[in-house]
Amino acid sequence: MVSKRIIPCLDVRNGRVVKGVNFEGVKDMADPVEMARWYNETGADELVFYDITASFEGRTIFTDILRAVASEIFIPLTVGGGINSLEDFDRVLKCGADKVSVNSGAIRDPALIGAAARRYGDQCVVLSMDVKRVDGRFRVFAKGGREDTGIDALEWARRGEALGAGEIVLNSIDTDGVRGGFDMEMLRAIGEIVKIPLIASGGAGKMEDFSELFEYDRIDAGLAAGIFHTKKVDIRELKRYLDGCGLNMRMEN
Amino acid sequence: MIAIIDYGVGNLYSLSSSLKFLGLDCRISNKKEDLQRADKIVLPGVGAFGDAMKKLVETGLADTVREQAQRKPLLGICLGMQLLFERSLEYGEHEGLSLIKGVVSPLAADIRAGLKVPHMGWNRLEIVKDDPIFKYFRNGESVYYVHSFYAKDCAESTLGVSEYDIKVTGLVRSGYVYGSQFHPEKSGAAGLRLLRAFAEI
Repeated sequence: MVSKRIIPCLDVRNGRVVKGVNFEGVKDMADPVEMARWYNETGADELVFYDITASFEGRTIFTDILRAVASEIFIPLTVGGGINSLEDFDRVLKCGADKVSVNSGAIRDPALIGAAARRYGDQCVVLSMDVKRVDGRFRVFAKGGREDTGIDALEWARRGEALGAGEIVLNSIDTDGVRGGFDMEMLRAIGEIVKIPLIASGGAGKMEDFSELFEYDRIDAGLAAGIFHTKKVDIRELKRYLDGCGLNMRMEN
Repeated sequence: MIAIIDYGVGNLYSLSSSLKFLGLDCRISNKKEDLQRADKIVLPGVGAFGDAMKKLVETGLADTVREQAQRKPLLGICLGMQLLFERSLEYGEHEGLSLIKGVVSPLAADIRAGLKVPHMGWNRLEIVKDDPIFKYFRNGESVYYVHSFYAKDCAESTLGVSEYDIKVTGLVRSGYVYGSQFHPEKSGAAGLRLLRAFAEI
């Protein structure tokens, strides 16, 4: 059967990885290519790169980085950030991305999901959702979690799946950065209404958070940034631990 | 030189990068002469079977592939692997290259309801028949799949399978012709080792 995935997420701004970067034993602590190499060696099942630059120059640097990573790291790569059109899909796929993640761009123009799925296949389109509780409901936020769209998260997940998204990354703004565990309540709410793979993001603080996450069998992958970047959690050890918990993990060597 | 056939189907960046990473001389090409000159050929592909086969025929490359497959090792990857079979039942019925006996069928019809299609992600490859392509590969290592159709009725050519309710055909061989349903160029170190072994055949 398909194994559960552990995915480090690299936020890149002007060619550097930002957010919780405190790497030891790696030459350049914020060089995305160095970090990608490290994660590949330590058993990451997939890498996610988010382009958080807005400028044209930043974008060019980002695609150069992507190309450099894809020329020496041979695991699935997902790319997001600033994806607003089919041209954006094309640009990153040509640089070696396997999947493209849409967020604000799809909120502005939901038809983008369907158009991309028809051209590149469902498996290529990842719907990334930043969700926060507002008045006891789960609400979708745009622009990196800064803007309340007023859209109900359950509706949006259902709609994204119907439009052709191949998987969903659910990032809980409420638990993001808190490191107190994943937002199981939110994940279950979405997990019960969609069939496509669900990737959990936001809140991982320790290895046990991942075993708790995967107790809910609708979850396909756990995504995190800070705890991996700071080496608080080592992916090799994490996978060994989860394997020991009886979960199906991809083990190397 | 390893020729990667470029017939306008899919993105060849990772595939060519993986061969270069292994220090292999490779060329992305749609020219007959390059396929004739090559020591080995890789037939990639993503998308729909019918469209891909049509492109191979229209470019005249289908005949070259059939002819060269009698003389040198060829590796079909993902849809490129499916094209090696006699026919496919993907949206109608389409004829394939007929280099390997078998038929390409929808996974959904043969696996239990509720299991996701596409079969996507890391899955263990179990060796069912030993072969030089497994020279650097250990039984049960994981490889990366993304597909909704699979090859069946091909037991005699099957080298490796992955369990997804049924035994999904992962790696096949008939004579010089190899096919992998998974993406070796996205299967980490294990995938690179399969490519290295293929290059040494």
